[in-house]
Amino acid sequence: MIAATRIETRGLAASYGTSPPALSGVTFAVQAGQAVAVLGPNGGGKTTLFRALLGEISVVAGTLTIGAATAYVPQTERSRLDFPVSALDVALMGAYARTSWYRRVTSADRATARAALARVGLSEQARTRFGELSGGQRQRVLIARALVQDAEVLLLDEPFGGVDQSSEQAIMGILDDLRDEGRVLLIATHDVEQARRWDRVLCLRGEQIAYGPPAETLTNAVLQDTYGAEIVMLDCGHRAVAIQHHHH
Amino acid sequence: MEILRSGLLQRALLEVVVLGAACGALGVWLLQMRQAYAAESLAHAMLPGLVLASLAGIPLLLGAAGGVLVVAGLIFLAARDSRVDSEIAVGVVVTATFGLGAVLALSPDVPVGLDRLLFGNLLGASTADLIAAGALAVLIGGALLAGHRQLTVAVFDPVSAPSLGVRPARVELAVLALLAVAVVAAVLSLGNLLVFALLVAPAAAAMRLARSVRTQVLLAATLGSSAGLLGLVISAELDLAAGGSVALAAVGLFVAAGLLRPSGPRGAAAGRTLVEALGAQR
Repeated sequence: MIAATRIETRGLAASYGTSPPALSGVTFAVQAGQAVAVLGPNGGGKTTLFRALLGEISVVAGTLTIGAATAYVPQTERSRLDFPVSALDVALMGAYARTSWYRRVTSADRATARAALARVGLSEQARTRFGELSGGQRQRVLIARALVQDAEVLLLDEPFGGVDQSSEQAIMGILDDLRDEGRVLLIATHDVEQARRWDRVLCLRGEQIAYGPPAETLTNAVLQDTYGAEIVMLDCGHRAVAIQHHHH
Repeated sequence: MEILRSGLLQRALLEVVVLGAACGALGVWLLQMRQAYAAESLAHAMLPGLVLASLAGIPLLLGAAGGVLVVAGLIFLAARDSRVDSEIAVGVVVTATFGLGAVLALSPDVPVGLDRLLFGNLLGASTADLIAAGALAVLIGGALLAGHRQLTVAVFDPVSAPSLGVRPARVELAVLALLAVAVVAAVLSLGNLLVFALLVAPAAAAMRLARSVRTQVLLAATLGSSAGLLGLVISAELDLAAGGSVALAAVGLFVAAGLLRPSGPRGAAAGRTLVEALGAQR
């Protein structure tokens, strides 16, 4: 059986307002049930790609087709951790877009939000304030919110950033389950070793450097093109570490 | 009690309770959006509009509304200039307009005294003032109720908000528009300087005490009304200025909230917000 194509781009270029394209020459296709690592340095175009897929910025060249509802799962520290909302409140936000301003959130949506929290292993923390959860738990709440959105495509921005190892394993297990039930996952990451774990890898550096299965794509040459001087090869080229310079 | 027998005081009481509720509820969102400085700025910068309305003999409410629109436009334009830091731009616009207002207000042709424009005239509220304040307060309350979910998403997670169907920039603009409405509604009774106390102090107190944002909004509305009631009673019993008494009562409630919950991250955050806001007053 051939899986349905969920995302397809051909020569995609996207820009912020009237600026020159921040990302160009992106051509890839993702089938239902595939997980794709989006790899690249800071400023390489990972966020730009996500914003283009969400329709938040202009596609100035090429084509983009998405055949399913799409949700964005941000890095947890991008949220206001001092804002007084519970884990359940955050999960319920996934139902807001389909709820008219003059209606209350339905009891069915409340049940969906509770089920989504249960699915990510956080039933007990439903009433806990979001800011009081650990980094890994917060990430799982944001994944639950995407499930409440009923999204077939999840765009995850550095989902393993700032989480401990046990949380990383838990999140990994959840993502595996979501992929197995046919959802598409695009996972922005700096971690080359992490990228090897998924079905496809898309390497970006202002433009598409490579796209394909990890074993074929993550070659020394591609990594050098993607990261330039920011990559360190270890174990005679069998392992690679990207050195990131964070700008604040 | 005298306050229950005098028609003058009854109108003042009704007006300040209604305004206190609207300003308190709106104040929570202003503080959550860290817009206390904008609240202070808009309140002060409408002074020229009030004075010009007084000179032209048109209702002060119209002058206040015009003043707010002009200042909001100037701040918007100044903030667009990348060469100027936005806080500096707001500071320059506010200082300039407040200074212009003071110069105009000191003109002998101005029938309404500067003190009334600065400190309001709560006891001078007419039935028409009361109706206008009530209508504007209902508008604010209705908008906050209708937009509660959008406000929550826009403040909590502005990065993901568009993917959840919320445009944070529009939400922020709507809150600033409601702020302008609140300031216009309250400035005649509480004055240009004191309206700020009702916007910030009840909200900061509620943020210390309440655990969810919905409860914070409801509690701030209640505290705002209570500050109005308490201030007016103190004013009537001790023969003190009404507007100033209301402002002091609002700050007193914040201090009381601090005593009830002296520590913890929520208390600290709310305390910082009020201190920053009061610092912006200087």
